[in-house]
Amino acid sequence: MLRFAIRRFVSLLLTLLAASVVIFFVIEVVPGDPASYMLGLNAQPDTVAALREELGLNGSALERYLRWIGGLAVGDFGVSYTYRTPVAELVAERLWVSLPLAVYALVLSTLIAFPVGVVAATRRGSVADTSIMGATQLGIAIPNFWLAMLLVLLFAITFRLFSAGGFPGWEAGLFEGLKALTLPAIALAMPQASILARVMRSSLLDTLEEDFIRTARAKGLSRRQALWRHALRNALIPVLTIIGLQFSFLLAGAIIIENVFYLPGLGRLVFQGITQRDLIVVESVVLVLVFAVVAVTFVVDLAYAWVDPRLRQSR
Amino acid sequence: MTEIRPEAAAAEAAGLDEMRRAALTSRSFVAGALLTAVFIAMAAVSFVWTPYDVTVLTIPDKFLPPSPAHLFGTDQFGRDIFSMIMVGARTSILVAVVAVGIGVVLGVPLGLAAAASRRSLFDELIMRTNDVVFAFPALLMAILITAVFGPGIVNAIIAIGIYNTPVFARLARGAALTLWSRDFLLAARVAGKGPLLISVEHILPNIANLLIVQGTILFSLGILSEAAFSYVGLGAQPPLPSWGRMLADSQTLISLAPHTAIFPGLAIVLAVLGLNLMGDGMRDVLDPRLRRSRG
Repeated sequence: MLRFAIRRFVSLLLTLLAASVVIFFVIEVVPGDPASYMLGLNAQPDTVAALREELGLNGSALERYLRWIGGLAVGDFGVSYTYRTPVAELVAERLWVSLPLAVYALVLSTLIAFPVGVVAATRRGSVADTSIMGATQLGIAIPNFWLAMLLVLLFAITFRLFSAGGFPGWEAGLFEGLKALTLPAIALAMPQASILARVMRSSLLDTLEEDFIRTARAKGLSRRQALWRHALRNALIPVLTIIGLQFSFLLAGAIIIENVFYLPGLGRLVFQGITQRDLIVVESVVLVLVFAVVAVTFVVDLAYAWVDPRLRQSR
Repeated sequence: MTEIRPEAAAAEAAGLDEMRRAALTSRSFVAGALLTAVFIAMAAVSFVWTPYDVTVLTIPDKFLPPSPAHLFGTDQFGRDIFSMIMVGARTSILVAVVAVGIGVVLGVPLGLAAAASRRSLFDELIMRTNDVVFAFPALLMAILITAVFGPGIVNAIIAIGIYNTPVFARLARGAALTLWSRDFLLAARVAGKGPLLISVEHILPNIANLLIVQGTILFSLGILSEAAFSYVGLGAQPPLPSWGRMLADSQTLISLAPHTAIFPGLAIVLAVLGLNLMGDGMRDVLDPRLRRSRG
């Protein structure tokens, strides 16, 4: 298990390194000089020169890359050109909105998908199953930001149960914070819950047809006992992968949903960065999100190997 | 070899026939294909006719609710929403089709080459590069590209295309790997065919079905991505009509004129639903194992 973990960790570091090269390269191919690009057409030459100095743009590409990576390693992302504050602080502050939102949505999606998937699988072919499958088909097709708009229309504007947007900050208390994130989290979670419920259903159906379930039934377990004691555990393996994959979708989706609800998260930060040509902010946010995606994949791989010892050897 | 051909062709034709029959009995395939046909027809018709001109602003007619004159009502500039949805379908199809095309053109050859040289350094290199690209959700790629080159439909297409590439590469490699161990490929090798010829003549036709199903699914994902990108301003720019942009425009007006948000959203849902149903139906038909178990 430890060897497996170390091997996966090394590949995590390599992927991150490669991703950082990709990000650096894309930013590097900005037509012309990033400093004059950021300052716009009417910039004075000496302002451009000063910004070049400040951004550390002097030196070869390799030098600059190493300096950037070296800074990242000690948590120094550089200084935001528009905010005039260290990017690390900005990102950390915004992460406290985006990350809880993604986790909230992940919890909701799992809580919805599990029972729904189990009901559909155990009553396969019934009216309940057919309606669940139809509803999930619809859930997958709904863009989460449109669902968000509909939720605002219904629960904020018509029934006035929630506010239509904004975030009071965690200082206002856990309840207030969670309440502000509830509609966004539901909008994010529904499409993912639909996918997860379908995976749960088909995985459970496959497992229920396995020999060991027949054996369990033959030794006298009821259907229900066989399901809870044996089938569910084994059916969870593919479900785990999807949950892991979904986290990256939820984080990316959070960026878009934040726009609907005017939440001060990473999404707002990065889109402002784009319009204000603040490239350091953009590259930092993208790197942080890629890091999150890769790290979650790593955790899922480990969880996998822990659940299913066979997988430890296969790679 | 020549004597076997007609028989093989006959068998193939019978298979196709059976497949066609199975497809037509699959309810989800038929429903999906119908929805998709409507969606494509809407886009096609919009080139020659729309109920109203979407480039003309008629401010006095703004925010009209749905009526026989304006089926889906009008937006904040008095434009007919039904006409805009028709024209917007073109943008959705353009983005999704080109992005799937990029994924196929780049991904499939890479996957086939990786499978042909399995376990070589080249194979390893392709698959690890895939892993890195896979770590970038399409949205992050779009953000990076947009930050550098500015927003636009082309950049959205490139971002989604890049995201599609490793999906096709992995699928092609995986499917090709299982084929490489089959007897008929051994026969082809004994006959002196090189890896390139075998990949094109024998492997590609055998994995085409899988690629088509995957293509359908990525087509629907492409439509969702285009809508999302245009919604946050990374995709279609004015005056190009796009469902995502229509939703972005309607957001602040939603309490005033809910219909401006409801209809473009419904268009996205139905288009994506149609493609997904069609893809599911095709997968069921092409995979007999699934057909039996759903029975």
